[in-house]
Amino acid sequence: MTARIGVVTFPGSLDDRDAARAVHLTGAAPISLWHADAELFGVDAVILPGGFSYGDYLRAGAIARFSAVMESVIKAAGDGLPVLGICNGFQVLCEAHLLPGALTRNQHLHFRNRDQALRVESTTTAWTGGFQQGQEILIPVKNGEGCYMADERTLDELEGEGRVVARYIRGNPNGSLHDIAAITNAAGNVVGIMPHPEHAVEVLTGPSIDGLGIFTSVLAHLGARV
Amino acid sequence: MTATTGFDTVSHATETPDEEQPYEDLGLREDEYERIKEILGRRPTSSELAMYSIMWSEHCSYKSSKVHLRQFSEKAPASDLMLAGIGENAGVIRISDEIAVTFKVESHNHPSFVEPYQGAATGVGGIVRDILAMGARPVAVMDPLRFGAADHEDTKRVLPGVVAGVGGYGNCLGLPNIGGEVVFDPCYQGNPLVNALCVGVLPVNRLQNKEAHGPGNVVVLLGAKTGRDGIGGVSVLASATFNSDGPARRPAVQVGDPFIEKLLIESCLELYERELIVGVQDLGGAGLTCALTETSASAGTGMDVNLNLVPLREASMDPQEVLASESQERMLLIVEEGKLDEVLRVAERWGVIATAIGRVTEGGRLVISWHGEVVVDVPPGSLVDDGPVYARPMREPADLILLQADRAETLPRPRTGVELRETLLRLAASPNLCDKSWVTEQYDRYVQGNTILAQPENSGVIRIDEQSGLGIAISTDGNARFARLDPYNGAKLALAEAYRNVAASGATPLAVSDCLNFGSPEDPQVMWQFAEAVRGLADGCQELGIPVTGGNVSFYNSTGSQAIHPTPVVAVLGVISNVGSRVPMGFGGDSDVIMLLGETQEELSGSEWAWVTHNHLGGQPPRVNLVRERILASVLTEAGERGHLSSAHDLSDGGLAQALVETTLRYDKGANITLPEGLNPFVALFSESTARALVSVPRGHEMAFTALCAQHGLPAAVIGSVDGRSRALDVRGQFTISLDELRSAWKGTLPALFGDLSTEPPSYASTSSPSPSSPDDDHEDHSGVDGEAAVAEEAPVSGGGIFDAVDAPEVPEVPSSASVSGPPAVDISKDDAASTDAPPRDPDA
Repeated sequence: MTARIGVVTFPGSLDDRDAARAVHLTGAAPISLWHADAELFGVDAVILPGGFSYGDYLRAGAIARFSAVMESVIKAAGDGLPVLGICNGFQVLCEAHLLPGALTRNQHLHFRNRDQALRVESTTTAWTGGFQQGQEILIPVKNGEGCYMADERTLDELEGEGRVVARYIRGNPNGSLHDIAAITNAAGNVVGIMPHPEHAVEVLTGPSIDGLGIFTSVLAHLGARV
Repeated sequence: MTATTGFDTVSHATETPDEEQPYEDLGLREDEYERIKEILGRRPTSSELAMYSIMWSEHCSYKSSKVHLRQFSEKAPASDLMLAGIGENAGVIRISDEIAVTFKVESHNHPSFVEPYQGAATGVGGIVRDILAMGARPVAVMDPLRFGAADHEDTKRVLPGVVAGVGGYGNCLGLPNIGGEVVFDPCYQGNPLVNALCVGVLPVNRLQNKEAHGPGNVVVLLGAKTGRDGIGGVSVLASATFNSDGPARRPAVQVGDPFIEKLLIESCLELYERELIVGVQDLGGAGLTCALTETSASAGTGMDVNLNLVPLREASMDPQEVLASESQERMLLIVEEGKLDEVLRVAERWGVIATAIGRVTEGGRLVISWHGEVVVDVPPGSLVDDGPVYARPMREPADLILLQADRAETLPRPRTGVELRETLLRLAASPNLCDKSWVTEQYDRYVQGNTILAQPENSGVIRIDEQSGLGIAISTDGNARFARLDPYNGAKLALAEAYRNVAASGATPLAVSDCLNFGSPEDPQVMWQFAEAVRGLADGCQELGIPVTGGNVSFYNSTGSQAIHPTPVVAVLGVISNVGSRVPMGFGGDSDVIMLLGETQEELSGSEWAWVTHNHLGGQPPRVNLVRERILASVLTEAGERGHLSSAHDLSDGGLAQALVETTLRYDKGANITLPEGLNPFVALFSESTARALVSVPRGHEMAFTALCAQHGLPAAVIGSVDGRSRALDVRGQFTISLDELRSAWKGTLPALFGDLSTEPPSYASTSSPSPSSPDDDHEDHSGVDGEAAVAEEAPVSGGGIFDAVDAPEVPEVPSSASVSGPPAVDISKDDAASTDAPPRDPDA
C-alpha cells in the first residue's frame, strides 16, 4: 500500500508543490490538504510546507495555527501522526505549541538563502530514522525568521532529551541558539526543520539529494509501524 | 467644482467652458490640453483631465520613443513562434507544441530612489502582473540593478533597501530569483536603475487577451482595495526629472503587499483554467484609468462604470484619485453575466475581493459615474491611441568625438607578473566584478523546485516540463560605459552578451526583451543616444534572427541636467530541449582541458580594467561581430548537447582574467593556464573582445570538440587544464594565486561596504569545526540516504485533493543511487495545462 502524505496549503504557502514533489519522488502519494478543511482524509503523515502563510501577518505562523486543518493536525499529532514542519511549517508548529520555542528574525535582519551544512543529531524521530547519527548533510536554507529561540530550561530539556534533530555546522545562517536547525517533540513524531529538505531531492535542482532522507525515513517509519 | 456635488461633472464642464484647469501641473502642454478640448468638444472634467494627463504621459504613451521603437517591428525577423508581441502586456513565444513562455523586463527606477524598499518591491509586483495578464503562471524573476558609486553614502541607503524590496516581494510570491545584474557607476548616483524581469509559462491555448468584448459583459475589479498610494506615479515620477528642491515625492510611490498578489495569481490562474473570463488586464502604472481605457479601446467597445463600487481604503477619495491610484495587486476582468457568480466564488475562496464595477457597452464611449453624476465621458481610444507623438530633435553629444579619441589602449599597463597578479586581484575585488552573494543570498532561488541554474551562472535556467526536461534560459546584460562611448554598438554589445550567456548555458537563443534607461528625451543629445541604441538593438536582432517581443522605455533618468549613461538592458531568452544537458560555468572535472574560444584583440577602451585602475572612460568599445557571436553560440549549444563541455563561461567584463577568477572559485577548482602565444599577456588577460568563451572539456572529448570548432570556423586554443589538487590559479611564467587569496579578495568587498551577514556566534557543539571554505562554496558530493528511496508502486488513491504530481501518467522510477539524472515524472506545469481529462485542481474538493 502506497503511503499517503498530506501536504497542507495555507494561503501564502509556497513550497507546497515542492514538498509534494519530494514525497512523490520517494514513491509515496502526496495528498493536498486545504487550510480551511479540517478533513485529513486518513493520511499517514502531514507536512506543513514553507512559505509565507497569511503573508506572515502578525507573526510568521501565528494565523495559520488557528486554521481548521491545524485543529485536526494538532489532535492527530497527539495520537502519534508523523508531522513535519518545514521553515514556515516549523513556525506554525511552534505557534501551535506542538514544538517548544519560537523562530525570530534572523540576527543579521536579512533574508538568507544558501546551501547549508547540517549535522543530523537525532535519528530516533519519525523523519530522520534513515540517517546516521552525526551524518553531515547539505540542504538549502532560505528564511528571514529562522533564528531559533527558547529559554534556558527548554534548551536544556531539548539537549538533555536528545531532541535537537539537526544543527547548523560551518556557519550559523540566522543566529539560532545552540545552532539549532531542527527539533522534535518528546514523542519524536513531530519535527520542525528550518532548512528545506524538499529542495535537496534532485541532482539537477538541488545542492545535493540529502533531503530525500527525510521523506524516505518517514516511509520506513510508517512501514515499520504497520 | 459644482456647488451641489462638490466635484466636477460632465454637465458642469459643459456649462463652464472657460474654467481654468491645472493642466501644466499635471504635466500636459498647452497644445496637448487644446487637443483634449478638441476631442471632447468641451473642456475636460477634473477626472478626464487626470486621465489624459496620465495616459498621454511619456511613460504610458511612449510619445518620444514611438517613432524609433517601430524599428523593432519593422526589422523583426519573421517568426511563427511569436504568439503575442509588442503592444501586449508581454511577448509570448511558443517553445513546444503545447507550451509557451512569456517574459518582459521593466523599470521602476524613480520610485526606488524615493523609497528603495517599496519602489523595488512594487517593481517586481508590477512585472509579475504583466506576465499573469497573458495567462501565464509566473515562474521566475530577475533583477538588473544599477547604483551609484559603491562607497557613496547614499548607496548605503538605496542598495540595501532595493535588494530587500526585490527579495521581500519575490520571495513572498514564491518566485525564484535566477539572475540579474548589480552594477555600480557614479552616473547612477542620483538615479539608480531598478529593472525587473519576470518570466511565465502557459499552455499555448490559454493565452489571454485584454479586449473587453461583448456588450453586456461585466467589468470586475479583482484584488486589493484602492487607496491614495501611487497617485501620479507615471506622470509625476516616471516622466519628470528630479530636482533637489522639488516637493516630497513619497506619496507617488506605491506600497505593495505580496501576500495579496500571491492570492491574486492563484485566483487568476484558476479563472483562466476554468475559462471563466473573456478578458483580463493588470492594473499597473496609471491604474484603473489605463485598464479601463485599454480594455475597451482594444475591443472597440465602450463601458459604463460606477466608480462608487470600487472598494476604497479611504472613503474621502475624489473620483480622479480613484482613477489615478496605482494601488498594487489589482486586475481588471471582463466576465460574461452567466459566469459572474462563479468568478466571485473563486475569488472568495482565495480570499480576494472581487467587485462588479460596470458593464461593457456598444458605442465606444467610456462613461464613468460618481454619486449618480457622469464625471467621465470619453472615447477610450483617444486616451490610448491618439496621444501626442513627437519626433524630438536629436544631436550627437558635443563631447563624443573627444571622448572617443581618448583611448584606453594608450594608458600605462602592468608589465610584470607581479603587476599582472596585483591587477587581477584588484579587479576581482572591484565592486562591479566582486562576488554578489551579499545581494543574491537575500533572494530565494530554490522555490518551485525547477531552478537548474541561477546567479552567478551565465544565465538562469528553469525547467518547464518535468517529463521531457524542456527548459528555458534567460540572461540580462547591459554595459552602459560601452553605450556611452557608442550607443549604437553599445546596444548591440548588450544584446551580444546576453545572447552569448544564454548559449553558454547550453540553450538556443529565441527572443529578446529590453529595458531602455535613458536621460531626458527633451535633451537632443539624450534623444540621439536613444535613437542610436534603438537602431543598434533592432539591427542586432535582425542580424541574430531573434525578435524583440516587448519591453519598456524609461526616460528622465537624470539628476538636474546630468543624465545617466545611456543604459539599454537587454534580456535574451533561449530554449533548451533537455535541462539535463545544461552547462554550468564553473570548471568541471580534474584535468579537464581548458580552451579559449574566439579571437582576442587589443580592446581596452570602456573596459573594467581602464575604469578600475585609471578611472578612465574613453575610446571605442570592443568591436561587435554578430556573425561570430552566432557561430560561437552554435558551437556552445551543440557541444553542450553532445556532452563535450564540463563548463562554459562567457568572456565579458574583466576579460579572461575575471573569467578565470569566477570559473575556478565556483567549485573550488584550481587551473594551470598558459596564455596564448603571440599575444601580450596583459592584453590576453584583460582585453574585453567579444564573441569569446572559456570552456573546460572532459578528457576524451577534446578531439571531437576541436573538430566541431573547426567545422564552424571558430578559433579554439587550448590554454591549460583544471587542477583539482593545487587549489591555485597558476598562469605559467606570470604568477600564481591561491584560491583562498583569490576568494577573500573576491568575496570581501560587498560585506565590507554593506555589512557582514555572517551570523556565527560561538559554536555550541564542540565537534563542529570551521571549514576553510564557507558552506555555500562547498560543492563536494554529499552522500544522502537515498539508497532506501522506495519506488512508487501504484497510483495513489483518492483522498483530499491530489497534487498534480500523482496525476502523472507514468509511474516514476526513483533511482536508487545518487545519480538522479533525469527529471522526475512530476509535471507541475500540468497545473497550467488546460486539460480535458483532469479537472482543475480544486483545493476545496
